[in-house]
Amino acid sequence: MATAFGHKPILTMTPKYDAIVIGAGHNGLTNAAYLAKAGLNVLVLEKNDYIGGAAVSRELHPGWIYSNCSYVCTLLRQSIHRDLNLSKYGLMIVPYGSTTFLGANGSYLAEYTNEAMTYRDIKRHSPRDADAYVRYHRDLMRYCKLIRYFLLRTPPDPTSFKPRDIKEMIYMGRKFLDMGEETIYEFIRFLTMSAADFLDEYFESDLLKAGLASASIIGTALGVYSPGTAYVLLHHVMGDVDGSVGTWGLARGGMGAISNAIAGALQDFGGKIKTNAEVAQLLVRNNRTYGVTLTNGDEIHADIVVSNLDPKRTFTKIVDAKDIPAKLRKKAENFKIRGSSGKLNFALTGRPTFPALPQNSELTKGSLQFVESLEAMERGYDDWKNKRWSRKPFVELTQSSIWDPTLAAPGHYFVSTFVQYCPADVEGGWDQNKKDAFAKSVIDTIAEHSPDFEDLIAHVEVRTPAELESEVGLTEGNIFQGELTIDQLLFNRPFPGYAQYRGPIQGMYLCGSATHPGGGVSSACGANSAREILLDLKRSKVNGAAVVPEEFVDD
Amino acid sequence: MTDISASHDVIIIGAGHNGLVCANYLARAGKRVLVLEAAAQTGGLAASRQLDGGFQCAVPHSLPQLQKKLVDDLKLTDFGFRLPDTTLPTVALNPDGKHITITADQLCGASDADTLAYGEFTRLLNRFAKAIEPFWYKSPPRIGSGNWADTLSLGQFGLNLRLLGKQDMAEFMRMIALPAQDLTDEFFDSDLLKAALSWDFVIGNKLAPRSPNNAVLNQLLKLSGDLAGNNRYHTGAVTLFPGGANSLIRAMEQSAQAAGAEILCNASVKRVLMQDQTAVGVELDDGRTYKAHHIVSNADPKTSFFKLLGARHLPIQFAHRIRRNRNRGMVGKLHLGLKNLPHFNQLNNANGRLLIAPSREYIESAFDQAKYGEVSDQLAMEIVIPTLQDPSLAPTGHHLLSAHVQYLPYDIKGGWEEHKPRVLESLLNTLQQYAPTIRESIVSAELLTPKDLEQEYRVDGGHWHHGEFCIDQWWVNRPTYGASQYTTPVTGFYLCGAGSHPGGGIMGAAGHNCAQQILNTGKGAATP
Repeated sequence: MATAFGHKPILTMTPKYDAIVIGAGHNGLTNAAYLAKAGLNVLVLEKNDYIGGAAVSRELHPGWIYSNCSYVCTLLRQSIHRDLNLSKYGLMIVPYGSTTFLGANGSYLAEYTNEAMTYRDIKRHSPRDADAYVRYHRDLMRYCKLIRYFLLRTPPDPTSFKPRDIKEMIYMGRKFLDMGEETIYEFIRFLTMSAADFLDEYFESDLLKAGLASASIIGTALGVYSPGTAYVLLHHVMGDVDGSVGTWGLARGGMGAISNAIAGALQDFGGKIKTNAEVAQLLVRNNRTYGVTLTNGDEIHADIVVSNLDPKRTFTKIVDAKDIPAKLRKKAENFKIRGSSGKLNFALTGRPTFPALPQNSELTKGSLQFVESLEAMERGYDDWKNKRWSRKPFVELTQSSIWDPTLAAPGHYFVSTFVQYCPADVEGGWDQNKKDAFAKSVIDTIAEHSPDFEDLIAHVEVRTPAELESEVGLTEGNIFQGELTIDQLLFNRPFPGYAQYRGPIQGMYLCGSATHPGGGVSSACGANSAREILLDLKRSKVNGAAVVPEEFVDD
Repeated sequence: MTDISASHDVIIIGAGHNGLVCANYLARAGKRVLVLEAAAQTGGLAASRQLDGGFQCAVPHSLPQLQKKLVDDLKLTDFGFRLPDTTLPTVALNPDGKHITITADQLCGASDADTLAYGEFTRLLNRFAKAIEPFWYKSPPRIGSGNWADTLSLGQFGLNLRLLGKQDMAEFMRMIALPAQDLTDEFFDSDLLKAALSWDFVIGNKLAPRSPNNAVLNQLLKLSGDLAGNNRYHTGAVTLFPGGANSLIRAMEQSAQAAGAEILCNASVKRVLMQDQTAVGVELDDGRTYKAHHIVSNADPKTSFFKLLGARHLPIQFAHRIRRNRNRGMVGKLHLGLKNLPHFNQLNNANGRLLIAPSREYIESAFDQAKYGEVSDQLAMEIVIPTLQDPSLAPTGHHLLSAHVQYLPYDIKGGWEEHKPRVLESLLNTLQQYAPTIRESIVSAELLTPKDLEQEYRVDGGHWHHGEFCIDQWWVNRPTYGASQYTTPVTGFYLCGAGSHPGGGIMGAAGHNCAQQILNTGKGAATP
């Protein structure tokens, strides 16, 4: 509407906030919650009509609630859980017990919740491995302990001479040295070697090695023989449920319960969430952001804009090329965010049986992983390299509703499976036929271990990387928002020089899993990012207490 | 230790090039050194070998890692070694004949964008090589020992990185972990060029273009030499042995002898003699014994500790760490004696390093089969024709073709005896695609698999580097902690081979560093 002065009337109400967070994934919500806790007027913008990003609970088949993306939880930081009082908003994490590796010809090997039972079960396969498992577990826990110190801290910039960076480097260095000389050397090896080599040093049983190696490839575009996968393995055991390190749990009510609880805390602090609001562009003037425009043309202003999107989306889609250095855009293009996983979610009308498992044992309720050997897993990766889904995929099956009856009616079951590998750029592109064939390969794998499974299926949701990308907005459907390789970890995440959550534009920040400490439903990226924002605003403390918890809570 | 019966100060087991270098430095410092070599001649893996028909060859065929400092220290030029005066270009052979020629500073046959990117690519790699250069010729420090020398050494490492400048230091810490695939994707467009450049990142190890973490390190090791000019990017600047490997080894041997070291060939060591948990001498297969204050092994770590010393003398944890050392070779060597110069399609001058690796997928798929103990019919190889530089290596008018072949797994399913003829045949088929008339020129041929290298050269696993060259077996972890400073848990027993820091290749750094360690004994810190 033109006026006599040729300008828009000054009184047009362009809404203005202190901060906008783009994307209501769990990290975006956590980030917003902490900003709101510090007294900022915060708005979270979400393109979908539901919040949660990849931590959601959705009724995709009448009567069944699906955790259709992330499906289990271990990395959620306890200190954030407590600090935001998430239990008050209905969050309850239920550990799901054992993990069983089901091999060929009816063999199985179980990691029970009880260590003595695990020892006995491994001993059935190899007495030597049962003893080695004790050493293996001890060694992994040493490495976990080191990494856990760094999760809720901002990575230092090793090229910087700023006092804070030097202080943080010294902190990291001291924790590293505290491990003791031999453990340091072992840790350097562990950090860089392949999961297969690492496991070969401890074990002889193919089934045990394959089962333990599964954690090293989940969500990762590398094979068990690729150097660097041992670290990915650690990423999957360093979490905890209520301080029990290495334990995995389910959020009661589905993974959406986590997002909803954080959203509850956010709203109690006065923050707002707007769904169906897809951001089109970041508004920048004089290298300073002043808000965003939405795809519907609306403009919303704020001095601070935080992107929960991956850096590829952030820097190549919503940020105009002219607003950032060309080198940075190149870095974003080179960022490795590879789709390698698929998912099948099932609504079942009965409980499937797995004849290989002892009847009525706790194993029938736990996580089931269909594996064979390291070589079979590596061949699955070779298929991915050749742009095919694995002909013999690694499948992890989680029987969520057994532990959480809110997900399905009595007698009905919700089961989710995670499948490695499934390429984002399948040869010739994804179409319905290929999707069906992919689903069939997974269902056939399950059917090898469960004769009645297929007959119980009331509904199946098939998710290739293409669906993960289009629905959740994860580029290529990468569940970690970027590969967990050394070149993209710690001060390299997402890229060198940008690991402290600050973007290249003043007032712009990153808070997604593409930042330190990486993927998984941890809330740590969002919290760390909030800490940096509040530092810049000089509002990191309220009444002398830090708004965002930083100190490691020993468990 | 005072054993008055000792005839020598130091006994070195094995006259590989590292053993000779170690002996030389020690002898120059006034030590009485005895070198015992099992074979009839010195040189170890670099010893020259005869191919039927009067051809002279050796397992290594280029010299990327040798430093001028070593040549000068040992006065090798006084003993007949000629410094190479030319470098060869690398030619990425294209099945269609549109080859790309790579030299240290330029590309020929590539797009303008790729040529421009190549400048930045080599600039970065050369800078990284420069930053870590001082650490090749230095004993690795201990981390967390509290010892000031170790702390200083670690501090210098940090400082050298920081001196790269903010940008390049950050890139170093990111790129060091990148696989060749991603690294070349970041710089270049041409598939052929990317494959050719990836080759140097993967050759010699159980590494493929997509393998993370170890590729850049592998390349930096190859950039450690300076005979082609200081830290020149060697994909584009290959130096061959002037006069063959033989001339270098002869010079090393004679220089050591001139310095006072005694070298005995046909002297195969059966075991190391122990007394009061200290290594005091050696016993040969023929029963002869020699005693010395220091026993140095140039053999690979597994042979040194299990065959020569015996696990019973080692702490159990240490023995376990040596046992887990990964040392299965992946590279084979092909030698062809030819009655005339082979003609490669659309190639005017075969005087270069010719690569048969048309794409990274080609290399990767060869690797994918080797992972499972199989051999691909489509192998990648690096070819040189040394007789173009030095005609004396073959009868008049004849030529030698020398090629490194990847990937030939040590543990092949069914055994090498069954597969070798087929693999040789498929290699000739591959060669024929690029040089159609080559079969008619062949006078003699041999293929050395890692198994052959193990048997002929007494290297457990038949690995170039006596053990995988990768971050988890590098520096403080090479061959493992407790032995990474060339000393071992057994008093008086040392390592000086490629299984120690910094690794294999004709370099002599391990021998040099071990000699320094022995000369500094008493000054340095004890091993954990």
